[in-house]
Amino acid sequence: MLRKMYDWIDERLDVTPIWRDIADHEVPEHVNPAHHFSAFVYCFGGLTFFVVVIQILSGMFLTMYYVPDIENAWESVRYLQTEVAHGQIVRGMHHWGASVVIVMIFLHTLRVFFQGAYKKPRELNWIVGVLLFFVILGLGFTGYLLPWDNKAFFATQVGLEIAESVPFIGTELKTLLAGDPTIVGAQTLTRFFAIHVFFLPAVLFGLLAAHFIMIRRQGISGPL
Amino acid sequence: MSNKKNNQVSRRQFLNYTLTGVGGFMGAALVAPMVGFAVDPLLKGEQSGDFVYVLDEDEITDTPQRVSFQIDQKDGWVESQVERTAWVYRNSNGDILALSPVCTHLGCTVDWATQNENEFFCPCHDGRYDANGVNIAGTPPTEPLHEYTFKIEDGKLYLSPQTHAREGA
Repeated sequence: MLRKMYDWIDERLDVTPIWRDIADHEVPEHVNPAHHFSAFVYCFGGLTFFVVVIQILSGMFLTMYYVPDIENAWESVRYLQTEVAHGQIVRGMHHWGASVVIVMIFLHTLRVFFQGAYKKPRELNWIVGVLLFFVILGLGFTGYLLPWDNKAFFATQVGLEIAESVPFIGTELKTLLAGDPTIVGAQTLTRFFAIHVFFLPAVLFGLLAAHFIMIRRQGISGPL
Repeated sequence: MSNKKNNQVSRRQFLNYTLTGVGGFMGAALVAPMVGFAVDPLLKGEQSGDFVYVLDEDEITDTPQRVSFQIDQKDGWVESQVERTAWVYRNSNGDILALSPVCTHLGCTVDWATQNENEFFCPCHDGRYDANGVNIAGTPPTEPLHEYTFKIEDGKLYLSPQTHAREGA
């Protein structure tokens, strides 16, 4: 049945080469943990991506209940976590996944750094990777405020003070982030929400695409 | 791919099946809670409410009387008091009726005797109901006005927030 449906489409659109091109590629022996167990260090990049996918999925579902408003944010989080079916699990995935992403991206960076895999001709991919790291940190920072509890509020307070310490543009930067020169409140929350679910993910997708296209073009770096 | 000669599963095929199976299982385990999360409103169903006192039994008149009452509504994380109205009266048989003002055509609000004597009238599409709240043939509504579940205790009339279709009306 599936086979027939696939053949019907393939006969007309010739889709096989498209996914073949994506799926078929040689995995060199030195990155295959089945050959050398120590090659598991090559898994961290893929694991980072895997957790990012979980974050995107669980985040999409969380917005079905979450409200980015100071009156309702905390109550909606309490509601979705305690009263909605599997709410504990879905919020838990997003909460813990956020930390796991940071750990994985850090391990991935360490591997690339200590193997010298960033060297010519892969400098550009290293730069994109560092940008991705900042985007992920930004997602972590903006997402931290959204539950609108005391921890979130004061963590953001501190984060904004750090932004303010930037030379020359610090004050403006802080106002731009918080939406108000002095208050961390209604406008901060909506801004952080918009940045967290629209702006940074858009940048993330672009950078991820660049990251993957480059690694595919250049191939993985050789054995040590 | 498959080795037709002795009907064996090839190594490649075995690995394909295993990986697809395990991967599919892991994917399903990931997505299942999210799907449950999304369909939660279906799992919860309609909430039931407590009966609310609206008026004394001896205040019930023979012509429909519009009574308002407050019910507690829990809408996700928002709890509030909302107003409901009912048309309460004794019909010609002496039975107490507590009718919902929601038109059974498309949900507008009906009023009593605004267009014709002794009829409920819905201004949206000229829907009409007779003095018993039964829809008049040839007008848009397809069934009689719904009815509040009510009870009378110690001469007081209590209404439940839920309405239901009337049987045999």
